[in-house]
Amino acid sequence: MGSIHVSHLGKAYKQYFTRWSRLAEWLLPFSGAHHESHWILRDINFVIQPGEAVGIVGVNGAGKSTLLKLITGTSQPTTGQVGVSGSVAALLELGMGFHADFTGRQNVYMTGQLLGLSAEEITGLLPQIEAFAEIGDYIDQPLRVYSSGMQVRLAFSLATARRPDILIVDEALSVGDAYFQHKSFGRIREFRNAGTTLLIVSHDRQAIQSLCSRVILLDGGCVLKEGEPEPVLDYYNALLAARQNQMVRQSELEDGRMQTISGTAEAQIDEIGLYNAAGERVKSVRVGEQVELRVDVAINVDVPELVFGYQIRDRLGHVVYGTNTFYLDACLTELRRGERVTYSFKFLANLGPESYSISCALHASNSHVIANYEWRDLSVVFDVVNADCPAFVGTAWLPPQLEYSRV
Amino acid sequence: MISALWAYRGFVLGSVGREFQSKYRNSILGAAWTVLNPLAMITVYTVIFSNVMRAKLPGVDDTFAYSIYLCSGILTWGLFAEITGRGQTVFLENANLLKKLSFPRLCLPIIVVFNALLNFGIIFGVFLVFLLLLGRLPGLPLLGLIPVLMLQVTFAIGLGTTLGVLNVFFRDVGQFFAILLQFWFWFTPIVYPVTIIPARFRDLLIFNPMAPVIASYQSILVNGRWPDWQSLLPAAVLSLLLCVLAIRLFRKRSGEMVDEL
Repeated sequence: MGSIHVSHLGKAYKQYFTRWSRLAEWLLPFSGAHHESHWILRDINFVIQPGEAVGIVGVNGAGKSTLLKLITGTSQPTTGQVGVSGSVAALLELGMGFHADFTGRQNVYMTGQLLGLSAEEITGLLPQIEAFAEIGDYIDQPLRVYSSGMQVRLAFSLATARRPDILIVDEALSVGDAYFQHKSFGRIREFRNAGTTLLIVSHDRQAIQSLCSRVILLDGGCVLKEGEPEPVLDYYNALLAARQNQMVRQSELEDGRMQTISGTAEAQIDEIGLYNAAGERVKSVRVGEQVELRVDVAINVDVPELVFGYQIRDRLGHVVYGTNTFYLDACLTELRRGERVTYSFKFLANLGPESYSISCALHASNSHVIANYEWRDLSVVFDVVNADCPAFVGTAWLPPQLEYSRV
Repeated sequence: MISALWAYRGFVLGSVGREFQSKYRNSILGAAWTVLNPLAMITVYTVIFSNVMRAKLPGVDDTFAYSIYLCSGILTWGLFAEITGRGQTVFLENANLLKKLSFPRLCLPIIVVFNALLNFGIIFGVFLVFLLLLGRLPGLPLLGLIPVLMLQVTFAIGLGTTLGVLNVFFRDVGQFFAILLQFWFWFTPIVYPVTIIPARFRDLLIFNPMAPVIASYQSILVNGRWPDWQSLLPAAVLSLLLCVLAIRLFRKRSGEMVDEL
């Protein structure tokens, strides 16, 4: 239970030449096609095993939502098949089917039945739904007096009242206030741990990375990449910035990880490394040690503006810290071809013991999305080891001053 | 298909109840309006036509006869018009639901039918009470209403669902049918007795399947006579054909329908 098989899946919408074309096609079945097919998805193949958590990423219009609609069965495939085993709950549009004039309780019954629950089941689940939504006495008030956050709380609680075999989530991870976001995220995580298969569409890298074991990158209706979250997400990130004259390439590093480099190459990172206080290049750093990130940049073409930015990421790819020379008020302008720029960032490695990587980028203005000269993931990989500090957990080194008393 | 619909019976019944409630939800008198509305209509027809205009049915010497004749036609036509009219827009109106959720789509026309029947039940109940008060309640032939109503509802479901599917693809269907329904109403002897149609045009009525249906109601309620069952045969055949057509059209096009909404 809980597997999804997608084979040779394709979806095309019909575009008729004129407003009469459809009529002609219906009435004169042998007169040939009067439309052209507009393909949204083409030849999609993948299998999701029970209990797997898979993320789907892609730019707007890549076909993510269409794919989810085909899997949930709201839309019919043009070619290929979708096989789904087990119960499916979809968080596609929270609050669908709610009616403003009825109370929360009445809406739970109505919408619950629309989702395929019976009235008795809903009665059984209601205390739990109320408790999770935490909207108090509002449950007996008409929905029109709800805030939008309360509606979403109720909708989420209802949609996830029973653990499904498959949970499909479309951009619904950030619902309600921060408190409820944590709570809903926790419930999704809980489902996954209990064996629910997850399929998540999101633009939130952190969410996908912390939940999914595999990521599928859709582009132009096809599966462009599929595999471990980090390399696929890095590739996607590079693709986001990609312009016509940009290249994206991925290569395998010595340790087997995939490095993604993208950009226009108008400016390039020649050399980047992490050095200790003694000026030696290091791969291993002690907690709290003084280190220096040295960068050597070559300008290949005249560029009006240059910003260098870097992110320190943990093993899972979560950003621990990131900044750039725009934020640091050191934006360089009017650079000439052949010039060289060196940067030096000195900081204390106040990090927890773990493996880290540094992603860096050369671009104009404050983000790489506008003009991306070069984006380089995994440009430096280093370990932080705890040699002389008291043991602690986490990725940050925040040593407290402890005082205590016994009375 | 049937079992899927059965599984969603809670949703269907709930939706019917909700739609009914939502009409009167924020009013003070609430459900009383459901009775006041038809009561007003019957009163108007009775007062205006039987007392003010002194309209009489040829051959029936009774002041109330015309009012009863009018109501028995208009109320039942109303049921037909509601099912077909709402049926043809039901998929368009619920486009959002159809696009976002996966559920048996035939629930939607069924909700329309149950709703129309509920409204009709109330209105017709008021009318029957009115007949009872006048002492004009027909005896046993009243049971004849049941098969005639079943036939009419079947006809309306078949036509309404067919139009509903077609309307998704060709919005002209909705516009056209709204006009057609006007002509159809006036081409059916509801407001006027069949005898005022010139004899040479009267034969054309055999092309109107609603004419014998309405005539049956009038025969039962005005004259207390069983309907002419044979006259209903063409309408019965047509109803079955329309239902088959509706199911086939729906099966073939329901997938495409979601893309079009």
